[in-house]
Amino acid sequence: MDHNVVGKSVRRLDAIAKVTGRAKYTDDFHERDMLVGKVLRSPHAHARITRIDTAKAKALPGVVAVITAADLPTIRFATAGHPWSLDPGHRDVEDRLILADKARFVGDAVAAVVAEDALTAEKALHLIDVEWEVLPHVLTAEDAMKEGAPVIHEFRPNNVVSSFGVQFGDVEAEMAGADHVFEGDYETGIVQHCHIESMSAFAYVDTDGRVVVNSSTQIPHIVRRIVAQALGLPWGRVKVIKPYIGGGFGNKQDVCVEPLAAAMSLAAHGRPVRYCLTREEVFIDTRTRHAMKLHLKTAVSREGVLKGIHVQVLSNTGAYASHGHSIAMSAGGKFRPLYDFKAVKYEPKTVYTNLPVAGAMRGYGTPQIFFALESHLDDIARKLGMDPVELRLKNLIKVGHQDPLTRNVVRSFGIPECIRKGMEAIRWEEKRAALGAQDGPRRKGLGMALFAYASGTHPVALELAGARIVMNQDGSVTLQVGATEIGQGSDTVFAQIVAEVLGLPMDMVNVMTTQDTDVSPWDSGAYASRQTFVTGIAVRKAAMEVRDKVLEVAARRTGLRPDEMELRDRRVVEAALGREVCTLEDVAMDAYYDRLLAAPITSDTSANVRINAMSYGATFVEVDVDVETGKVEVSEIWNVHDSGTIINPRLAEGQVHGGVSMALGYALLEQMLFDAQTGKPLNNNLLDYKLPTLLDTPEINAAFVETFDAAGSFGAKSLGECPVISPAPAVRNAVLDATGVAFHRIPLYPQAVFEKFRETGLIKQRSVEHV
Amino acid sequence: MRKLSFTVNGKAHLLEIDARESLLEVLRDRLEYTGVKQGCAVGECGACTVLIDGTPVNSCIYLAAWAEGKDIRTVEGLAVDGRLSPVQEAFVEEGAIQCGFCTPGLVLSTTAMVESGRTFTRDEVRRELSGHLCRCTGYQKIVDAAERALQEAKQGAE
Repeated sequence: MDHNVVGKSVRRLDAIAKVTGRAKYTDDFHERDMLVGKVLRSPHAHARITRIDTAKAKALPGVVAVITAADLPTIRFATAGHPWSLDPGHRDVEDRLILADKARFVGDAVAAVVAEDALTAEKALHLIDVEWEVLPHVLTAEDAMKEGAPVIHEFRPNNVVSSFGVQFGDVEAEMAGADHVFEGDYETGIVQHCHIESMSAFAYVDTDGRVVVNSSTQIPHIVRRIVAQALGLPWGRVKVIKPYIGGGFGNKQDVCVEPLAAAMSLAAHGRPVRYCLTREEVFIDTRTRHAMKLHLKTAVSREGVLKGIHVQVLSNTGAYASHGHSIAMSAGGKFRPLYDFKAVKYEPKTVYTNLPVAGAMRGYGTPQIFFALESHLDDIARKLGMDPVELRLKNLIKVGHQDPLTRNVVRSFGIPECIRKGMEAIRWEEKRAALGAQDGPRRKGLGMALFAYASGTHPVALELAGARIVMNQDGSVTLQVGATEIGQGSDTVFAQIVAEVLGLPMDMVNVMTTQDTDVSPWDSGAYASRQTFVTGIAVRKAAMEVRDKVLEVAARRTGLRPDEMELRDRRVVEAALGREVCTLEDVAMDAYYDRLLAAPITSDTSANVRINAMSYGATFVEVDVDVETGKVEVSEIWNVHDSGTIINPRLAEGQVHGGVSMALGYALLEQMLFDAQTGKPLNNNLLDYKLPTLLDTPEINAAFVETFDAAGSFGAKSLGECPVISPAPAVRNAVLDATGVAFHRIPLYPQAVFEKFRETGLIKQRSVEHV
Repeated sequence: MRKLSFTVNGKAHLLEIDARESLLEVLRDRLEYTGVKQGCAVGECGACTVLIDGTPVNSCIYLAAWAEGKDIRTVEGLAVDGRLSPVQEAFVEEGAIQCGFCTPGLVLSTTAMVESGRTFTRDEVRRELSGHLCRCTGYQKIVDAAERALQEAKQGAE
């Protein structure tokens, strides 16, 4: 299909604001008389507060308020950023208080100080006197499930948050009748989002008595609901404003700081209070990605046909549920529309421990399960003596596949082409043939992995998006959405959709990038790679309503029927002749100023999207392994994506580059470490936590296979989270190819790799002579 | 309190500051140069980079008092008469911007490279900019933008 704007790498709308430093983020707003909020955190992984004395802190000059759990409503609330569910059985776990009544991890917030400045607030924290009754704690999911383990939340005496699984077919029968049954254990570490902007909010009580929270969030409308719930306020008494945000990656799809910021302001009689976490606090008291242990058992025919799979997942969600229950569940749904298993049994278990809270992070459980599954498939291919690509090609689903559980239908499936393109790009056959047997200290290997992902959350959750368009007098339009630009470029993509439908140049489409829950249409926000797909449908619908109204006015002016005209390049054109009949400005001026018929052209609509589209892709990677030091380096990497129509190729490439880089950190470098005895974090800063720097990051290659998915706007599917899924198993499989050593845990950092090489005999222990 | 006299983006300032204040705090909180970003406050991420007499420095770990008599440049000072600097233009054109939080610091470090008049290989560009953390871009288009700006400056000089 021929488009004017869709499919073009137009400049992102906020580029100038960001490159000149004029884009304002939450911390860039200053209110007069603004106070600073700071938090007292537990030094213990699990402890009851037997006494807390704030008198000395309150007496410090410059301190405006000191609050503890006793000063706040005892309302337990859920923090996960999901639309509210009218079905009580489908709600998130309500296990949180604004300030903890009992410390459940090192860093749990138990008291807060509001003061005139940061130094006074810090000083006051030291003056709060807490008497702790230290309780036994658990850090691993296995320990937490043992008989007699310390109980972290009274309502879950066995520490299991959720163990709701799914199955179809008869897995046991497939296992019994199979030529081969393969089993494998895989494990992933805890990582953190590391958006460069901190987690931050400021709150005040407005002149109308309402609580206003300005926050760096992906989900303003949901924040409003949760702040109101946590404080026991009617939802309309809270207003949330989201300005520019410095990255989110899922961490800001959770409500971490806003209820406390609001509570701080209320304690300070409504004065503005800023609550901005330090980097060290971001690591321990926002969210992390779940560490998971996965056991896979797969029935396979001797020809390599996958028959049935049994997946057991143990997910460590830390001290509070957050998204935990939902993530373990969601992870199990993504591989089914990729490989054609006759039977699947998926058994997740999400467990509380005394670690910082795990939540949503780019991929939402999918990076973990695909690390396990794609590693497992390479292990199987090796056992069967098959090429790993051949094994996968043999087991792919086909277009038209319907998932027996979600009922989602696959309408576009570009995987075979992604594989072909990736193999060609990295010269798979040629390089593999050239590698042969290696036994030197530096070895090369090639690896690949596939993934599947969804576009939004249907049918699990509501997918509602709002869009509002107002046409101005000159024929330009202003678009408002409740969906949030968080750096991914969604505002630009929405503007492209509007420009395409209305025949406008990009500079005549304005997008209000700030969300204000009083003003912005309702939308659940930036997560699940949903916005281009779900919000895009709403935006296109709004634009088409505007187009229809324009054509009605044009029909009134010209006597032609609306269906005889179309919009092109700021003009109304008689379609059959390509003849301009009037300009868009003529129409807009009529709509504003015609003495008889004036009615400005607007649309205020929403889409309740009850359909999903699966996105796909593949990673192809070449690694260099230094056997003597355990260092794995990526020498070439390709991510090839089927995300349907690519609305803005340059922005799409940016998503892939960033996602791959994040995934390489996951595969090779990053992990949060905790002291095994005390549960104290050991590397909660950007120096000791190994976030990839420029020198750790290879050149990253992005490629696309453009399919057309009828469900999305102009055929588009999801992309945001997709690139983060398959690189880790591809790297792991490349190391296997290079060395013959199968790793079962990421990250593959030099120490772990070195130790495994020793264990497997790749590195010989030299005999040491003592003298 | 002590007096601090320095210039920011060519404009002279005379301030009374607390000896403990960082340059980042003075620039952001007192002078409202909010293009200077705080990402970690301890010199790990590079988001707060400013040019001090032409040299990129993490302003979060640089005492404001040390800036006495110095010439500071922030991202707000790069565009002249409403026109983007060539480095800013390169970042926009190459798509090197996503969330934008690391952008001001990276633009300033790239500006220092361009102004040095030296030439850099792609590997050297990567090394020069490696004090900046970015979580959105995988650095790919940032390196592209820096190379483009350096290339254009070289062509302009020839």
